[in-house]
Amino acid sequence: MIDHELLVHRLWSIVHRPLMTTLPNLLQRSYQEIPDKTSIILQHAGQPDKPITYRDLIHGANRFALTYAREGIKPGEVVILILQHGEDLIYSFWGAILHGAIPSIMPFLTEKLAPEKYRADLASLISITKPTTIVTYPEFEAEVRSALVEGNSVRHVILTSTVEAEAEPNFESLQGFKSSPEDIVVLQHSSGTTGLQKGVALSHRAVLNQLESYGKTIHIDPEKDVIVSWLPLYHDMGFIACFLLPVLLRIPLVNMSPFDWVRAPYKLHQAISQYKGTLTWLPNFAYNFCAHKIRERNLEGVNLSSWRAIINCSEPVHVESHDLFFEKFSAYGLKKSALQTCYAMAENVFAVTQSPLDGTPAVDEIDRETFMTQRLATPPIAGQPSMKMTSSGHPLPNTKIRVVDESFNDLPNRSVGEIAVQSDCMLTEYFNRPDATEAAIKNGWYLTGDYGYIANGELYVSGRKKDLIIVGGKNVYPQDLESLACEVLGVHKGRTVAFGMYDEEEGTEEVVIIAEAESTSPSEQEAIADAIRKHVTKSSAIALRHVKVVDDKWIIKTSSGKTARSANKEKFLKELEIN
Amino acid sequence: MTPEIIYPIAKFIAEKILKQPSKIITADEALISSGLIDSFSLMDLALFIEDTFSVRIEDTELNAETFDNLNQLASLIQSRK
Repeated sequence: MIDHELLVHRLWSIVHRPLMTTLPNLLQRSYQEIPDKTSIILQHAGQPDKPITYRDLIHGANRFALTYAREGIKPGEVVILILQHGEDLIYSFWGAILHGAIPSIMPFLTEKLAPEKYRADLASLISITKPTTIVTYPEFEAEVRSALVEGNSVRHVILTSTVEAEAEPNFESLQGFKSSPEDIVVLQHSSGTTGLQKGVALSHRAVLNQLESYGKTIHIDPEKDVIVSWLPLYHDMGFIACFLLPVLLRIPLVNMSPFDWVRAPYKLHQAISQYKGTLTWLPNFAYNFCAHKIRERNLEGVNLSSWRAIINCSEPVHVESHDLFFEKFSAYGLKKSALQTCYAMAENVFAVTQSPLDGTPAVDEIDRETFMTQRLATPPIAGQPSMKMTSSGHPLPNTKIRVVDESFNDLPNRSVGEIAVQSDCMLTEYFNRPDATEAAIKNGWYLTGDYGYIANGELYVSGRKKDLIIVGGKNVYPQDLESLACEVLGVHKGRTVAFGMYDEEEGTEEVVIIAEAESTSPSEQEAIADAIRKHVTKSSAIALRHVKVVDDKWIIKTSSGKTARSANKEKFLKELEIN
Repeated sequence: MTPEIIYPIAKFIAEKILKQPSKIITADEALISSGLIDSFSLMDLALFIEDTFSVRIEDTELNAETFDNLNQLASLIQSRK
């Protein structure tokens, strides 16, 4: 027992060395101290699992670091990784870290997305982030090159077929070891045109402070914990909690592809059982998805008793989703206490709050009317409709939160306002976007754009100030979808509106688009609706559930001519009720 | 060719997946490669087919290469019956 405590203590003493620790230093220590320990077990449908030890990881990363050096890429330059789930993605990422370049993972083109839209997204990322290098597969080179224009920042397209041979790493010559803790180590983007133009820049220090604080909060234990994840690495939850955290804190990670999981969600449960997985992070919709779509025949012999925390994060948490999940899987040894919540954002590296893992997240029942009209979370009144809010837990030890009004004044407990965050793990900036950085940070506090309230020291997230739709954990900017809908023939330019609507069955938001048409004929309007559905889906990889084509002047605009999304949503919901 | 297979699937896709009950889906219309059905809904479609026609569809088959329209889907189902 004492040995074990010493080990955990030693882990923190390695991670927490203010002023001197950087990510390359941690990798080097793991390479020297635990070369044979398995860091990542990669899963691919139809293939045997592939274990990667720390030795394999550093050797693979070193091949890319040597390649970056060969190409003359300088430390501090941005390297965009356009690769699918697999070893190349992992090694090219850590290779950039060893080389001191700044990696950023871009989603790979899927069959759902139109290639021309993908090219436009990539071009938009390049125009702001100004990477010098893109890493991709030989088969994808033409696609990448077609997004490049004369005079842009990209000087190297590195193909995975031209990577240097394996060699013993020379830690003396690897450029990443010259980085200081304040240097930017990674960039995180969210999706769509708007998201790709805002790269969250994080320093070594910010990342390591987050890992230390969050690791302690969830009682991370390198001797016992195993993380199992299907989350994509271009999203903060997958990238930080299920990639940087396990690799740097020496927790084995079982990593499967999101594409394999969505076709066979039971693979998550089978991996938990096979590898005695203890920790998983999931967006809310995944609880519903698993509960509704996993068949008993795929769970034969599965034992989920090792699962100590399944942390609900990255979209609004619904306690009903936890209940569904527990009902379905308790027969396989799932513990109720495993169902947990977290509030996180890339701008704080990851977690801001976490529910205490020794119980179930608090549920606050409040009066609906008072909440809606006075923005106060007060106890329910007998005979009146109430609503259940699920706690996102307490702030991390290194993070402070406030709930403020429009003038940045603190609001009392149980008053709904904007959530502001301050910590020692905040973003350095939005990369090359001083305008966006200045707008988001006020007096050292990051304004999240989320609404919530504090009760009993715990945070309840209740809505969004910013116009953002979260579909299956993925952030979608309505303005991107609106301009896509405007591209469809027959749609009045500038007369479209997009918003999200919570679907209880799916456990996530569904996208609604309303568009004013030039034609008033029902059959033509239906054809336009079809065209919008196809065009927006192909151009954003977001499936639309409701497309409503309406006559002139349906859409409500503000006096300044902006589209009032919430007013239009209310109007749409009212019409739904009437029909 | 196989309306007794195609019709209920087309109805399911229009009503439950697309939520446009009046939409007519033709037998050769691309379903997956066109983005009409996304990966989350693909799973619903597979479960519906398994339950309705008592056949099994493996998760590795849920892609545009195996079936991308109702005709191809109907042949797949028939070959399993």
